[in-house]
Amino acid sequence: MAKIVSLPEAVAELVRDGDVVALEGFTHLIPFAAGHEIIRQARRDLTLVRMTPDLIYDQLIGAGCAAKLVFSWGGNPGVGSLHRMRDALKNEWPMPLEIEEHSHAGMANRYVAGASGVPFAILRGYAGTDLPLHTPTISSVTCPFTGEQLAAVAALNPDVTVVHAQRADRAGNVQLWGITGIQKEAVLAAKRSLVTVEEIVDELTPVPGAVVLPSWVVDRVATAPKGAAPSYAHGYYDRDNAAYRKWDAISRDRASFTSWLEELKGSAA
Amino acid sequence: MSTDSWTADEMMSVAAARSLREGQVCFVGIGLPSVAANLARRLHAPNLVLIYESGTIDTKPDELPLSIGDGILADSALSVVSVPEIFNYWLQPGRIDVGFLSGAQLDRFANINTTVIGEYDEPDVRLPGSGGAPEIAASCREVIVVMRHRLRAFVEQVDFVTSVGHGSGPDDRRVLGLRGAGPMKVITDLGILEPDPDTAELVLTAVHHGITVEQVRAETGWTLQVSADLRITAPPGEKELTTLRSLRTVGAAS
Repeated sequence: MAKIVSLPEAVAELVRDGDVVALEGFTHLIPFAAGHEIIRQARRDLTLVRMTPDLIYDQLIGAGCAAKLVFSWGGNPGVGSLHRMRDALKNEWPMPLEIEEHSHAGMANRYVAGASGVPFAILRGYAGTDLPLHTPTISSVTCPFTGEQLAAVAALNPDVTVVHAQRADRAGNVQLWGITGIQKEAVLAAKRSLVTVEEIVDELTPVPGAVVLPSWVVDRVATAPKGAAPSYAHGYYDRDNAAYRKWDAISRDRASFTSWLEELKGSAA
Repeated sequence: MSTDSWTADEMMSVAAARSLREGQVCFVGIGLPSVAANLARRLHAPNLVLIYESGTIDTKPDELPLSIGDGILADSALSVVSVPEIFNYWLQPGRIDVGFLSGAQLDRFANINTTVIGEYDEPDVRLPGSGGAPEIAASCREVIVVMRHRLRAFVEQVDFVTSVGHGSGPDDRRVLGLRGAGPMKVITDLGILEPDPDTAELVLTAVHHGITVEQVRAETGWTLQVSADLRITAPPGEKELTTLRSLRTVGAAS
């Protein structure tokens, strides 16, 4: 059963130095508040997993939380590059960053395998690309029925998955809707999970297309109103596109990033 | 702005929109492909089915999304599915007619690089990476590439094969087990390139109105062959231009 706790307590209890941590949310419902709390609590040597590392991972990387990044598309969506990620890769600032790179289809299937309790997934993918030359978690397998060669990708089982949802009930059952991305698979694949929510309600009324995560597959639920901003929470608030554009200037040099970071550390969750 | 004149980008978007046919199912990348696909839907192809990798199927956004996961795509979609589902059930089996892609580098066999410029381990420029492109390029029935024609982008050989075009020749896709036909058109701001049926090498089959073959060759990093029946793209019509200019991006400053 999920315990409902404060966000600082949830991060303190679930996220440990050296963990493999996935913060998921495919453009929508990105768990920014939880990511910021990980920065405040100064976690180190994390392997950060995310299909689309964008601003929140740029911030975690710049803050020195990450030793490794596992991903399939890294950028500031609609705006440009991730300058903190680039600085870490090129200049090892604030520390070296190892990468493990996939395609979206590969990453999605890695989570599916992890959620399904099998060691790998198959897909038609990667054939002829240069990715398998650099990524050891991509291989191939021969179909035992047809003899066909298919790509194989290793299961992903994060130590902790963190997602943001619209709401939970008082028992800790979680409901999210709109673009639901990879959140269900990422939570089910993880050893521990934390869900931040916009609000806790008495009853989860049905919503078309919603994903419901039963309380017994979630470890901690924490309320974090506007916890996905500057991304968005369908039905609650819109994406703050200006903030994405503004990040480009903040992240471009170390000094402006550092003053952003000091301000974040001085603020409460 | 007068419809008697237009920019090279506008010509490119119009030419790309014209390449989509009514009723096709199109997997759309963000940026230039998204502009062209949404333009086509407002012009000659109102029933064009747009699919974005965030899982939105048959989406009809009023404004252009800034990212592939914008709320406007979910609000206006016939159905929204999860990310594993969009790739495994919808893209992988070959249900999609056209994959609409862009890239940072493209070579003479239409292989696409969106990963690194330079060496992988010590790149000159780190690019965003694969996203959905490798499997879009593999599994759609055909691929259309839209990108600006620049010498640094149109190279003899890409630094990194993120998405396979025609590999190194006409038989490569079959040998690799790629079931779609691959890039059948590369639409740029200067003209249109198509693979030669015998060699799979991109040849210039059209130049846009007012563009010369010499201009295209000067921006191409290999010895570009020119089709014997080189066409000239019709200039953007008034309706095409006014519609294109009326497209607004979500959250853009007016």
